[in-house]
Amino acid sequence: MIKRILAGGVALAVLGLGGFGLYAWHPAFDPITPPMADSFAPEQIEQGRVLAAAGYCATCHTAAGGAPFAGNYPMKTDFGTIYSTNITPDAETGIGNWSEAAFERAMREGVDRSGAHLLPAFPFDHFTKMSDADIAALYAYIMTSVEPVKAEHKANELPFPLNQRILQAGWKMLFFKSGRFEPVADKSEAWNRGAYLVEGVTHCGACHTPRNALGAEKTDQPYAGAAIDDWIAPPLTAANPSGVPWSAAEFYQYLKTGTTIYHGSAAGPMAPVVHAGLKELPDSDLAAIGTYLGDIVGAGGADPAANPAVAQSLAAGVPQADYRKDEGERLYATACAACHYNSQQITEGRPDLGINSATRLADPTNLIHVMLNGISADQGMAGVVMPGFGTALNDQQIAAIAAYLRASRTPEAPWADLETKVATIRALGAMAH
Amino acid sequence: MTRFTINGKPIEVDVEGDTPLLWVIREEIGLTGTKFGCGIGMCGACTVHVGGRATRSCVTPVSAVEGAVITTIEGLDPAGEHPVQTAWRDLKVPQCGYCQSGQIMQAAALLKDIPDPSDDDIDAVMTGNLCRCMTYVRIRAAVREAATAMKGSPSNG
Repeated sequence: MIKRILAGGVALAVLGLGGFGLYAWHPAFDPITPPMADSFAPEQIEQGRVLAAAGYCATCHTAAGGAPFAGNYPMKTDFGTIYSTNITPDAETGIGNWSEAAFERAMREGVDRSGAHLLPAFPFDHFTKMSDADIAALYAYIMTSVEPVKAEHKANELPFPLNQRILQAGWKMLFFKSGRFEPVADKSEAWNRGAYLVEGVTHCGACHTPRNALGAEKTDQPYAGAAIDDWIAPPLTAANPSGVPWSAAEFYQYLKTGTTIYHGSAAGPMAPVVHAGLKELPDSDLAAIGTYLGDIVGAGGADPAANPAVAQSLAAGVPQADYRKDEGERLYATACAACHYNSQQITEGRPDLGINSATRLADPTNLIHVMLNGISADQGMAGVVMPGFGTALNDQQIAAIAAYLRASRTPEAPWADLETKVATIRALGAMAH
Repeated sequence: MTRFTINGKPIEVDVEGDTPLLWVIREEIGLTGTKFGCGIGMCGACTVHVGGRATRSCVTPVSAVEGAVITTIEGLDPAGEHPVQTAWRDLKVPQCGYCQSGQIMQAAALLKDIPDPSDDDIDAVMTGNLCRCMTYVRIRAAVREAATAMKGSPSNG
């Protein structure tokens, strides 16, 4: 009897393994000769250019100082460093010999041309939701308009067994659901368009949704905020701590320009999302994204200028005769107020630090990054620069300013171990992205 | 290679990306109206406009201004007749004069954002511009006078 049970168990295991093997195995697509530029309509290529920007493909597929789309951008994950791949149409080292079917399978299923599983750092869990036409347009753009570059892929620094591609099939079985975007019937056209873009090509959740121990987005905590690339992607929900709640109009303005009067600047990893990415989308799409995200945040259309957080921050900015007593207040008055002070109302281009999420998040990371390294002309508000004070102020001085801002302008509890945090972020260097 | 526009002219400079903008303005471009004071963004003598906003050029790496539009004291007004400059002369604000280009650039930016500033507004925005000669009373008076002058000629800001 026991033998039978054992035999049955073994048979089941074999069947199970066989089944998993079948599930995990994907055939290779034959290599092709790269398609000629005239194989696609110019409108389709243009649509693909906009989508490639909106999906910021180049942001992750370009190494610092490297050729666009040629890969080897290091992505630090909890499991080890992964290098992005070369997606230029180079036949040997890029995707030049990928057929459209192979490209579509990569986007929809996370499987490369050879049949190997791609790692979920590539957000195929979002791209699977894209329409056939959009994926085809993306293919047309990459194959015809991206310069082919010969660049060998650096080996990922993943420990055994995580470097075994077959295991990705298990990950997919647990966490991945392929399938196109399903519109919600009782929502507006704009909402559905926004949802299609946000859940699909712009893959906002890849950074703004926390991930579980195996690196999958926690589907029960969408957009709840997460740490990413040594920065904090703030929550895009009612839990967002900005002094003035986000709204559809604020999201639209922010994604179009990189900043708004009542919210901070697109800095760190968010800067290219706006400036090399989303702003290529037509206005109607940005407004649609605003509609969808505004609905997730759930804020009404209250007048931001009348928000008590604004009044509190403005009042705290009034110069005090004894401002030299507190080191943070003194340094703020000298180094920061020239640009950040606001009089009766918040003026465009004078970001008010009291209502900014950087000053209000539970983690001071974003504020410290910007104080140390500044914001260049191609980030935040375009053409405007905030110099970094990393070479001017020491850890204790940066910490003093941060502590002063939080205490004087927000109801939040003081940050713990600020100075240590400043030292840690300083050590990451100016290229912390 | 970094490209930007300075006082209306496009320019291209071949320096290390971390070179302070102030060095580039003074040494490479040869515009010496902008002064070196503390070198750590705490005195305001090096203030220029980047994208129309007062910016401490001594702590701004040149790489950060790629594509930006920069104005220095030499470019604030072609004839040196910006209302702040006029007020500066009328009230004989400068004593040694070393800080004044930074003061004027900061004051011009202040008046663009806050056209009718209170004394608190002037103090808050101008605290980061130090004057070792202690001409602060005259600086404040000149900012007020420039504000009054600019109300009459809105195109002059």
